[in-house]
Amino acid sequence: MKCLGLKRLAGVLLAAMIVGGPLLAAPALAQVASSAPASAAPASAAPSSDASSAPAASSAPAAAPAAAAPAPVKLDSGDTAWMMTSSALVLMMTIPGLALFYGGMVRKKNVLSTLAQSFVITCLVTVLWMIVGYSLAFTTNPDAGIQKWIGAWSGPASRVLMSGSIGGVNSLAATIPESVFMCFQMTFAIITPALICGSFAERMKFSGMILFMCLWLLCVYCPIAHWVWGGGFLGSAGVLDFAGGTVVHINAGVAGLVTALVLGKRKGLGHDNMAPHNLVLTMIGASLLWVGWFGFNAGSAVASNALAGSAFMNTQVATATAALAWMVVEWIERKKPTLLGLCSGAVAGLVAITPASGFVDPIGSLIIGVAAGVGCYAGAVWVKKIFKYDDALDAFGVHAVGGLIGALLTGLLASEAVNPLSKGHSLLTQANGVVWTIGWTALGTFIILMICKFTTGIRVSEDAEVEGLDMALHGEAVHD
Amino acid sequence: MGGAREQRMKLIIAIIKPFKLDDVREALAGAGVEGLTISEVKGYGRQKGQTEIYRGAEYQVVFVPKLKLEAAVEDSAVSKAVAAIRGAANTGKIGDGKIFVVNVEDAVRIRTGETGAAAL
Repeated sequence: MKCLGLKRLAGVLLAAMIVGGPLLAAPALAQVASSAPASAAPASAAPSSDASSAPAASSAPAAAPAAAAPAPVKLDSGDTAWMMTSSALVLMMTIPGLALFYGGMVRKKNVLSTLAQSFVITCLVTVLWMIVGYSLAFTTNPDAGIQKWIGAWSGPASRVLMSGSIGGVNSLAATIPESVFMCFQMTFAIITPALICGSFAERMKFSGMILFMCLWLLCVYCPIAHWVWGGGFLGSAGVLDFAGGTVVHINAGVAGLVTALVLGKRKGLGHDNMAPHNLVLTMIGASLLWVGWFGFNAGSAVASNALAGSAFMNTQVATATAALAWMVVEWIERKKPTLLGLCSGAVAGLVAITPASGFVDPIGSLIIGVAAGVGCYAGAVWVKKIFKYDDALDAFGVHAVGGLIGALLTGLLASEAVNPLSKGHSLLTQANGVVWTIGWTALGTFIILMICKFTTGIRVSEDAEVEGLDMALHGEAVHD
Repeated sequence: MGGAREQRMKLIIAIIKPFKLDDVREALAGAGVEGLTISEVKGYGRQKGQTEIYRGAEYQVVFVPKLKLEAAVEDSAVSKAVAAIRGAANTGKIGDGKIFVVNVEDAVRIRTGETGAAAL
């Protein structure tokens, strides 16, 4: 009992440090502006290597001149309307899309806890993103050396607590209000950790998960998002990731595998009946994911324009193709096509087209669809069987593998006709981005898990696992 | 207590395939049995369960969904009722089910308080 109290105290203190730290430390860590004079405008100073670091706008975004008079804010109502819609669509992907997708696949005694994970993550990430996450990921650190790795956390360039953002724009999305851009990116920051839940389903402590997610968002997601999209070194190196193949899917998938390995297998795996309790929920979830993904991919054009249209069409084509491809493989291997297979194939296609959606042409999306359907089937079914890890809901098999397929194929299939930023695309550059992402998320996830393990604890007790997390962690149950 | 010979009753318990319910109910009505209780159950006998496949993971589901019917009848009506059930529930395939007949000590109609065969 005494030991338990100490662990809990440590966990609470740690959580308080995470939230309070940036606020208290901000003045002490205030960045001294280096050679680039701080812009007086509310718009954040534009990084000089704009063209390759911005999340693929249709034309090079107008760079606010660093030393000249502040650029006038010129909002586009079409872009703004579309981006608010996209943000709502992507939020819907998590609640209830992903929640139901996963919820239907677990046993009935764990369904409420699975839903609760997605829901609470939505709330946690929203608050942390507003406080400091957005600033870390999407602002420009005045020190060019630090800017390669992370954004600003103090000074006029930062957006801690969103101060300085009213009436302004982020130069990465100059035609929409910063509030909208911040919300759009927030929904990505929400779904990425939520995806990890698929790997540790049915055995993770709620308290441990909350601490894990807070640390993971700030220490793993924000840096990677900054590296690829926020002006960091991967974007500058030419890594192409339209909507999050690396930042979201490889990131979450690999993190998932690490948690599955650290937490260990569910009790009774291979012996107990762990069949999905309600695939109706899973299909509803998969469908909401599909529809919502238009906000995810087409919204990543951060404008209402032809490129968004391109991404829209690519998303639809790749998803349908992947679902069919998975179905064919399954039909041959298992003699019966399944609804779960159709849904899984569709999600695999959605994942794989994510990094490519604003770079490839329709034929490219067909190719990516087939590759994802077959490749993720292999990842979720064959690889899991060989290595026997308990990635309960295949976050690694679908998201990491799908993200990898999409990210690499983007290097091969990107078309300058579709998006001028495709210029210079290469498999090697993509691989570089992939390796950095995998390395950082694997390391970061492992360390954070260890921190949680020795403070809040991460795995539920055996009794709780057998009783079911709904009752053991939440005191709730689904009654027929 | 116990009742006279003419008041002896039996409880017929039948496990049948769920889709056979309507046929059995009609047959029992024809045999003069007007009351019935059903419950959804699972079970197995010689009929093995089925294999379900989810993303390559196979699950052997041992218990098969069945329906349990319970009807209390007078002794004299038992053989006719059993024959009706058997005739209607039979498909000729493994898993058709079983019928059990057990003694009933007493029966009471809640609304009126009648006991014995009059309560059926």
